Amino acid sequence: MLFKKMSMELDVFVGNTTVLDEDVYQLWLDGQTVTDAVRIRIEAGALQECEANAEVLLSDTMDQFRTFQMCERLLQSPSKVANQLLFQIPPHRQTMLIERYYEFDSMFAREVLGKKLSKGTKKDLDDIGSKTGIVLKSCRRQFDNFKRVFKVVEELKGPLVENIQRHFLLSDVLARDYAAIVFFANSRFETGKRKLQYLSFQDFAFCAGQLISYWTVGAVDNVVENMDVDLEKEFLHDLKDLKVLVNDKDMLDQHKSLVCAQLRGKIKVFSEMEASFKNLSRALVNIASKLTHTKDVRDLFIDLVEKFIEPCRSDKWTIGDLRLFLTHYSSSVHTLEAFRRQVIWDRYMGVIKSCILKMYHD
Amino acid sequence: MPGKLKAKIVAGRHLPVMDRASDLTDAFVEVKFGNTTFKTDVYPKSLNPQWNSEWFKFEVDDEDLQDEPLQITVLDHDTYSANDAIGKVYIDIDPLLCSEAATVISGWLPIYDTIHGIRGEINVLVKVDLFNDLNRFRQSSCGVKFFCTTSIPRCYRAVMVHGFVEELVVNEDPEYQWIDRIRTPRASNEARQRLIFLMSGELQRKIGLKVLEMGGNAVVGYLQCFDLEGETGLVVRAIGTACTLEKISTLPATATHPSNSSPSKDMKDSPQAAPSTLGCRSTHSSPVHSASSRLSQGFSVSVPTLLFAGMKPRHRSSEAPRARQCRPGFGEEAPGVPLSSGPPTPLRAQTFSSFSPSKSYSRQSSSSDTELSLTPKTGMGSGGSAGKEAGPLKALLRQQTQSALEQREYPFFTLTAFPPGFLLHVGGVVSARSVKLLDRIHNPDEPETRDAWWEEIRQEIKSHAKALGCHAVVGYSESTSICEEVCILSASGTAAILSSRFMQDGSLDTEHRLSRQPLCVFSTGSERVEGDMGSSASLGFEEVVPPGCGFCHIPYDELNIPFPAQLTYCYCCRRYKVPDVLFTTIDLPTEANVTGKGCLIQARLCRTKKKAQGEGNATAISNLLPFLEYELHTQLMNKLKLRGMNALFGLRIQISVGETMLLGLASATGVYLTALPSPGGIQVAGKTPSDITYEQHISNMQKKINDTISKNKELHEINPPEVVEEIIGSPIPEPRQRSRLFRSHSESSDEVSELDLSHGKKDAFVLEIDDTDAVEDIHALLTDSPTPAGFYSCNTEIMPGIQNWTSAIQMFTSVRVFRLNANLTNQGLNKIFSDLCENLLKSLYFKLRSMVPCCLCHLNFTVAIPEDELIQVAVTAVAMSFDKEQSLENGKQSGEKTLIKAITENDEQLQFNLELNAETSSPNPLSSPKGLSEVGSHPSARAPSVDYSSFADRCSSWIEQLKLKAHTIRRGSVKTTSSLEKASPLPEGRSRSLRSNRSYSGSSVAVVKMTPLSFIPGAKIIKYLGIINMFFIRETTSLREEGGVSGFLHTFIAEVFAMVRAHVAALGGNAVVSYSMKECVFMENPNKNQAQCLINVSGDAVIFIQESELESTSVQTQSATTHTSNGGEGT
Repeated sequence: MLFKKMSMELDVFVGNTTVLDEDVYQLWLDGQTVTDAVRIRIEAGALQECEANAEVLLSDTMDQFRTFQMCERLLQSPSKVANQLLFQIPPHRQTMLIERYYEFDSMFAREVLGKKLSKGTKKDLDDIGSKTGIVLKSCRRQFDNFKRVFKVVEELKGPLVENIQRHFLLSDVLARDYAAIVFFANSRFETGKRKLQYLSFQDFAFCAGQLISYWTVGAVDNVVENMDVDLEKEFLHDLKDLKVLVNDKDMLDQHKSLVCAQLRGKIKVFSEMEASFKNLSRALVNIASKLTHTKDVRDLFIDLVEKFIEPCRSDKWTIGDLRLFLTHYSSSVHTLEAFRRQVIWDRYMGVIKSCILKMYHD
Repeated sequence: MPGKLKAKIVAGRHLPVMDRASDLTDAFVEVKFGNTTFKTDVYPKSLNPQWNSEWFKFEVDDEDLQDEPLQITVLDHDTYSANDAIGKVYIDIDPLLCSEAATVISGWLPIYDTIHGIRGEINVLVKVDLFNDLNRFRQSSCGVKFFCTTSIPRCYRAVMVHGFVEELVVNEDPEYQWIDRIRTPRASNEARQRLIFLMSGELQRKIGLKVLEMGGNAVVGYLQCFDLEGETGLVVRAIGTACTLEKISTLPATATHPSNSSPSKDMKDSPQAAPSTLGCRSTHSSPVHSASSRLSQGFSVSVPTLLFAGMKPRHRSSEAPRARQCRPGFGEEAPGVPLSSGPPTPLRAQTFSSFSPSKSYSRQSSSSDTELSLTPKTGMGSGGSAGKEAGPLKALLRQQTQSALEQREYPFFTLTAFPPGFLLHVGGVVSARSVKLLDRIHNPDEPETRDAWWEEIRQEIKSHAKALGCHAVVGYSESTSICEEVCILSASGTAAILSSRFMQDGSLDTEHRLSRQPLCVFSTGSERVEGDMGSSASLGFEEVVPPGCGFCHIPYDELNIPFPAQLTYCYCCRRYKVPDVLFTTIDLPTEANVTGKGCLIQARLCRTKKKAQGEGNATAISNLLPFLEYELHTQLMNKLKLRGMNALFGLRIQISVGETMLLGLASATGVYLTALPSPGGIQVAGKTPSDITYEQHISNMQKKINDTISKNKELHEINPPEVVEEIIGSPIPEPRQRSRLFRSHSESSDEVSELDLSHGKKDAFVLEIDDTDAVEDIHALLTDSPTPAGFYSCNTEIMPGIQNWTSAIQMFTSVRVFRLNANLTNQGLNKIFSDLCENLLKSLYFKLRSMVPCCLCHLNFTVAIPEDELIQVAVTAVAMSFDKEQSLENGKQSGEKTLIKAITENDEQLQFNLELNAETSSPNPLSSPKGLSEVGSHPSARAPSVDYSSFADRCSSWIEQLKLKAHTIRRGSVKTTSSLEKASPLPEGRSRSLRSNRSYSGSSVAVVKMTPLSFIPGAKIIKYLGIINMFFIRETTSLREEGGVSGFLHTFIAEVFAMVRAHVAALGGNAVVSYSMKECVFMENPNKNQAQCLINVSGDAVIFIQESELESTSVQTQSATTHTSNGGEGT
């Protein structure tokens, strides 16, 4: 009763070394309100600690949230965290703060992947939030992080992952994920189609990693000025030359017989493979030859799914069958004497093979 | 032209965007000192400008160097309109003026703006070329070192402690200079910041001058405060303890230095000081040297010295002022040494005096005549003693001293910790308060009224100390609380008797002895003096008196106690009388025998008062004050008993005045002193026994209380030996009487000393429930929740029983403001206020739970009533982790640990002993000095004839001390083997500290530790870089946007920390010790979306290094000794 007779006007706690509670930080990152955070903490048993009561917990939560809010400005340019003077934070805690701030829900990233990181998309965050169950505030933070990283590295030369790591001081794993997001956003790959819904963020991130590693300018020569964000135009152009593999009937037959010879008895779906070989090969080569058009680059994944993965799936290929097929499909081209673009072929098929294998699941 | 200040502006970073169009800034810098201003070029279009300027040189008087800060203003160049200020940096260049402190200021300093806070950083280089000026009449005091630390700084030793210095300066507050507020708040706030920097500098310089006049070279325990009196002006005042310090060099040569024979050597760091010292000394040297005139020497030389130079000519005229501080020669020169260097508790054999727990206070209303002279008491004391102890010298002494003491000397010391053996006896807390009406200060150059006010208070404190039979006041501090035009001035300290032995040994100032002797004679009679004189004779007794209980023995004559009190024979030595309870404002002496652990004890009180104006208001307040103090005292006593403890240290009573209420908050650290009797329980007694339910109620309450007491005892590991009396056959002469606490207000009179504050010794302390107040009080008693598991708390530097600190420390400030929403009764208010404090503590424990096991040390609460119906509580403290495994053992063996700790902590101060009486001692510089000095400080080994030259002897006597200690503590169950193992404090803690240090090394911003304590666990301070004293104002007109009041203040406090750290780092330091937030004045106007806050912080910038070389886990006595000595000397 007595407590009604007064109210807390002001309540702060400032440590010389900034006091940071990682659990509360996560609640803040998750976009919880103070009230919800207190409830969650109570449910997690925080009251058992240190003879706390709800009031203490509320005060602590508010204080921590305020601290994080004050840090947020710094976290948005992580390189400042280490040489700012306002908060004395040990380096390992700084790393934790930054890493956690830039971590994201892959559910959320999956939704945003390949979309333009613009204001228009930001309005869709409401929908994404209700779809994924992620609190809007957290969606905003994650989206803003994507946008921020994108803006900083899109014009930078040099390896994409390293750029991200250098500017945002992220771990290698997280920097690679951001590279995927930046790469997808830059090339605007189509990921939203219903047929692609089964693919997770990690599937796409893997594919993006493959594309970045093998198909960009930086992939071939390691000169620092090269950009990692865009696919190498020359390479895409050269892909047209692969058409001969399907247009030249002799070559197509020869290719098929080579592959069949290798796979006979080794895969369960041999007959189906034999029947659909030409269609599958045509699909892969056609995808390659169309990549000069931006539109078709965007459709790379939907094309792969529609033209290759779905037919295989309907024939009930196992992943092992698929791996063997792709391995021999790709390597037997080397024995086609008339075919001259071995290097281009390998560069293309290496990426396509690993992408398909990654994407081949339910 | 004694100084050249040079500044170079290197670069800026993280500047704010000042040009919206380009998102960039065209920054340049103005560098101003005094009236001279230089500018850098404009560095266009950059947020990280590289000015790399030339060296700007200012040729200035050293007076200006001390007064003025270097002002650096960063501006944005604007071709068409006025340049916009980005922010400012004030640099206090005082640390550069002392050769022992910092030599250069270099680093990134935050650019601060009162509205925007920190806006980027600027990299500067500042140097000073100082030319020595030997002019005796100069106005500057360059070279005098200032320390906030209230003990002898770690890498120094005290050659002399001269005594109390004080000064105040006043000025108009720029905030109030413009009645019609033509200026913007920002302009007036900037003017205030600048003015306060200036005033602090001036104040420090003036204090420094006084120190030089006294022959000192340093101020220890420097406490500077602001009184924002509002329209009547701004008062900046400071007190401190003048000392002559000498840096402890690591060279083995120290041991053989004839260190004190030449005073000029002591002054080597401040050449200016030498002439005056010599002058003083020469005038007085002759009386000092004749053995026969020892006493007169004591008197004439010793007046502890306060010079009101320039302020109070009348004082000066009374007595040749400069002559006062002269130092007799030290060591072998002084013939008096062997005689007086004896035991610290000499007279005890003859006299037992009684004691009352601590408090005498009085109040004065502004209009009333000052009733401070306690002449009756004094007379009584001296008369009684005279009868007993009519030494031939006494009469002489009295004559001589009386007149001198009537003058203005204040034997006050702002120190709270002392070298072992220096503090002989503690009488109790003395405090004085006075309510004044502020009036306009007409002539700022002669702030007579303010001076006179403080003088009254100090006189009163002095007479209280006398009444307690003490000649000195230690742990002395002063404070104010202002509400509108009413101002409460408060002073408090601990009456004490200090040892003269140290001075004769040359370690500490002669003035202690000097002041002490006259005072003793004057107040309680000559026994004390006799004791000192006859100490050599009583050496026999000395040997059985452990140092851990000596300070508890009553200093006054038991037949003439000013208060009723219960006395018993000391539970340690069984020879001397001790009081049943002891209250002090000092830190727990390191050598004290303590049972169990201590804990924070707080008494909290709210009293409503009617709104009133002027004189009526002042009278109302001063009428309330005695009740407030009495109640606080009662609460403290009850809570102390509830915890089964018998002594309070670090007592700080704060009374805050608002328009409609008074707040009282008393904080202290309770401990169980082994020497004092076990406290009785608390017995609840009802007045209406007829009612059965009532009886039941009471018995329930009684049960609760008893449970709490036993729980508390367990919690704090208080297991005092119960059997003592039978074993020893205690000769306690007084019949024990049950004392009762009178609760009714009518029984207390204005003359508070008549209040019955006595308590039964073994008997239960009776709480009579005759009114609702008492019931409330008992409830309040029981609502204090114990600290959660793994936590300890205290408001002193040291927690007894915990020594194995790790290097993990966390200093923090927490501020809360509450609004009272309803009209409340006193009880309601009390409850709320108490809950506030309890909840704040709970929050702190929760916040710091990751540091468990840990102790919150130096918990310093400050309460204020910023507005009607608002209560503000601010806490600054440090949480320190310790090692649990060891702490468990510690509990059992706290005795040994404490002793060792005492050695570690105090060896540097003891070093003088070695130098003086150990000239013949072993030439081994590492092992000998510490062992020797330590032994020397113990009474058992104190006789001058003891031969210390052999290391083995030293060792064994040291071990004996340990054994003795263990024995004392555990009453016979001694395991001496373990005491040796314990000799190395916290190896694990240290290794942990190393690890953490490594992990920090990657940071590009240097880590700066901050602590309100005077030391850093697991590390040793190797250099003091100068005092940090900063004042900031922050304001906002967009309160909501900045996160409301909490967001605003949170940011501001973080900014203040950041600026302190940056300035320390720029001085080359890596820590601030003795840090405190003196002022945190927060004002808000939510309707206008505005808020404003003033913060004043201070501390000592230091360089520390981890004690990695002490890592060795193999502990022999010898190695422990050696290490200790290393730690003390500071490499």
